[in-house]
Amino acid sequence: MIAVLIRVLCLGTAVGTAAALTPSLVSGRHYAVLAVAWVIVAVLVGTYATRRPLVAKYLVPGTILLVLFTVTPVLATLQLSTTNYGDGTRTTKQETITQVLATSVVETPDSPTFHLAVATTGNPVAGPFTFFLVDPATAEAFSGTEEGLVRLEPDQVTVAGGFVTAAPGYTFLTPKQVNDAAPHLREFAVPTEGGAIRSRGLREAFEGRAVLRYDEATDTIVNTDTGVRYTVQRQGDREYFVDGGGTRLTDQSWRAGVGLDNYRKVFTDPRILGSFLGIFAWTVVFAAGSVALTLALGLVLAVTLNDPRVRGQKLYRSVLLLPYAIPGFISILVWSGFFNQDFGLINGLTGLHVNWLGDPFAAKAALLLLNLWLGFPYMFLVTTGALQAIPADVREAATIDGAGRLTAFRRITFPLVLVAIAPILVAGFAFNFNNYNVVELLTHGGPFTPDNPNAGATDILISYTVRLAFGAGGAQFGFASAIATLLFVITGVLAAAQFRATRSLEEVH
Amino acid sequence: MTVRWWREVGWRHVAALLAVAFAVVPVLYVVSAAFNPLGTVVSTSVVPTEFSLVHFRALFDDPSRPFLRWSLNTVLVCVAVTGVQIFCSALSAYAFSRFRFRGRRGGQLSLLLIQMFPQFLAAVALFTMFTAMGEAIPALGLNTIAGYSLVLMGGALAQVWLLKGYFDTVPRELDEAAIMDGAGHGTVFVRIILPLARPILAVTGLLAFVGTLGEFLLASIFLTDTQRKTLAVGLYGIIESDRSNNLGVFAAGALMTALPVVLLFLFLQRYIVGGLTAGSVKS
Repeated sequence: MIAVLIRVLCLGTAVGTAAALTPSLVSGRHYAVLAVAWVIVAVLVGTYATRRPLVAKYLVPGTILLVLFTVTPVLATLQLSTTNYGDGTRTTKQETITQVLATSVVETPDSPTFHLAVATTGNPVAGPFTFFLVDPATAEAFSGTEEGLVRLEPDQVTVAGGFVTAAPGYTFLTPKQVNDAAPHLREFAVPTEGGAIRSRGLREAFEGRAVLRYDEATDTIVNTDTGVRYTVQRQGDREYFVDGGGTRLTDQSWRAGVGLDNYRKVFTDPRILGSFLGIFAWTVVFAAGSVALTLALGLVLAVTLNDPRVRGQKLYRSVLLLPYAIPGFISILVWSGFFNQDFGLINGLTGLHVNWLGDPFAAKAALLLLNLWLGFPYMFLVTTGALQAIPADVREAATIDGAGRLTAFRRITFPLVLVAIAPILVAGFAFNFNNYNVVELLTHGGPFTPDNPNAGATDILISYTVRLAFGAGGAQFGFASAIATLLFVITGVLAAAQFRATRSLEEVH
Repeated sequence: MTVRWWREVGWRHVAALLAVAFAVVPVLYVVSAAFNPLGTVVSTSVVPTEFSLVHFRALFDDPSRPFLRWSLNTVLVCVAVTGVQIFCSALSAYAFSRFRFRGRRGGQLSLLLIQMFPQFLAAVALFTMFTAMGEAIPALGLNTIAGYSLVLMGGALAQVWLLKGYFDTVPRELDEAAIMDGAGHGTVFVRIILPLARPILAVTGLLAFVGTLGEFLLASIFLTDTQRKTLAVGLYGIIESDRSNNLGVFAAGALMTALPVVLLFLFLQRYIVGGLTAGSVKS
């Protein structure tokens, strides 16, 4: 009875939420989000309101989330990797043309002016914006968006002092907010016949005449004052409108498919290929080294302490658990202080004067040392578990056969432990292969050489990718996605290969 | 203490104490920096020498770093993500453990493979996705706690393997007896499996919580507004803006972030060790 009630309640909430969202999504033309919302509802109703698929009832919630926020982004990454998406190409061609035309609007002496109020249905910084205009001559009110101008009936909005002050569903921006949104508003224009309405200052707008005109048939933009024609030309991986002499009308390009160009760039551009291979090699060394070092220290400790005569094992274990319990970003930032050349703890304790974070080799060593600290407690716990699972008589048998302590460890204990924790080693390798946190928080990928600010000595592929995507040199989303895709492939292949190897290891023993 | 004792047991203690020192030094350093009134890299040592609460006061008084707000954000994200993760993982793990269906093996393997790929490799795509999402539904866009939580919920099935391993150890005879008595699969799950799995649920919950707490990359891309930050991004900002002089304030914040987690870890230690070893050692 209660189960049915809960089920009805949950499904009702889902349907209700989707229904409540629908009007605003439709009016905002967010059809993709709308479709996803209703597909989710359909799946939920299909799963829980029918009797048929029993297993699905348990698998559906997690799977929906997994598909939406893990699988879809991966597929989107794949799609992005075939585009030139990035700074300067964030808009579609249509949007670019509209913007270029609208910003070419000039004011003439007879341009009509309006009283302006800026409002939004979304975010006061990013929009989407609506201009509420009042014609001071006729006191008529209009609302204008990038779609065009609409005349408003007096009962649709509140007009006070010659300005629209309120409209249902809209938030009006304060003068300060208008100021903050200026970069967006400068490119905002309400297209009208023969021109567009643009803002002038905080509370005024004018209807100007567009100097540029787009001719769809020939795909050219014409300057009606000078007669100059701008045609589409490809420059590098981007297309621009250029005049006969090759001068760009605007630096604004648009998002376009470039096929496999991004991948070609990785493998043919000598500078990028050089950094890519170097970074790839270090990524492998870093991941393998981290796993090997933590395993070595963890295992040695486990073997050392796995002796019933050692008292206080539980206490040791509690203290050794500490590095594992402290949130990673805290430990890493603390360690970054330890590596300070002049005042850092490590140089202070050892009396050395190593430039830990400034020297390429020392920085790599620092990274491995930090990762050893972060990871050895986990390996210690896991190998302790594996050791204790090995039956005592196996080792006894070896001793009886005359094997020394070391031989017994090397020939019997170590392989058995290895088999038991193989999946953990594989997972650890995959984790460190993409361990962005450690690299970014300790070295930022540096030190860098002056001639290549994009690829540092300790960069692993993921940190390199993130810098390309979001770094200071301008976003290169398309290219970064190509590298991310390569990373997906490499991680997958390595993981599969390792699983195969560990399985054969199992069969041996 | 005979020579023999040293040779067989004593050196083990020495090795353990060295490891303990290695493990503890950074922790002591944070404590020392948090209470040292000077709070600079130069003045801080491993052993606390002075005691002052000045950094804790600074942490709470400066409106440019709303520590309480960040804590609240972090708790909201962690609770929501952990809750959803454990809920979804437990449901799926039950299905994989108890039902035999077509695609069961394939499903488990693809889950394992998908989890090898860190979600933040797709950061660019997530960024564009949530830019569009924010235009459609502002409450779920970039720079919102809800949107950020939703992204992390993409890892809703992260704990399936650990939980399934444990569920497998719960004897099937218990289910069968309950089913004979007329219980449905839902009752078996809620009344038999879940109560017996309470220790592992606590452990996986804690691990998920700590993992979410430490998530940095997506948070740094998604949460840029001071009021919307989590502790990871917020505390990073404190020390990044001035590595040398903000050490004390950072350490104070770090201490208050880590302390509850460490205590929980010590409290649940028995189960954590058990869970990790059980999860690693295949049966």
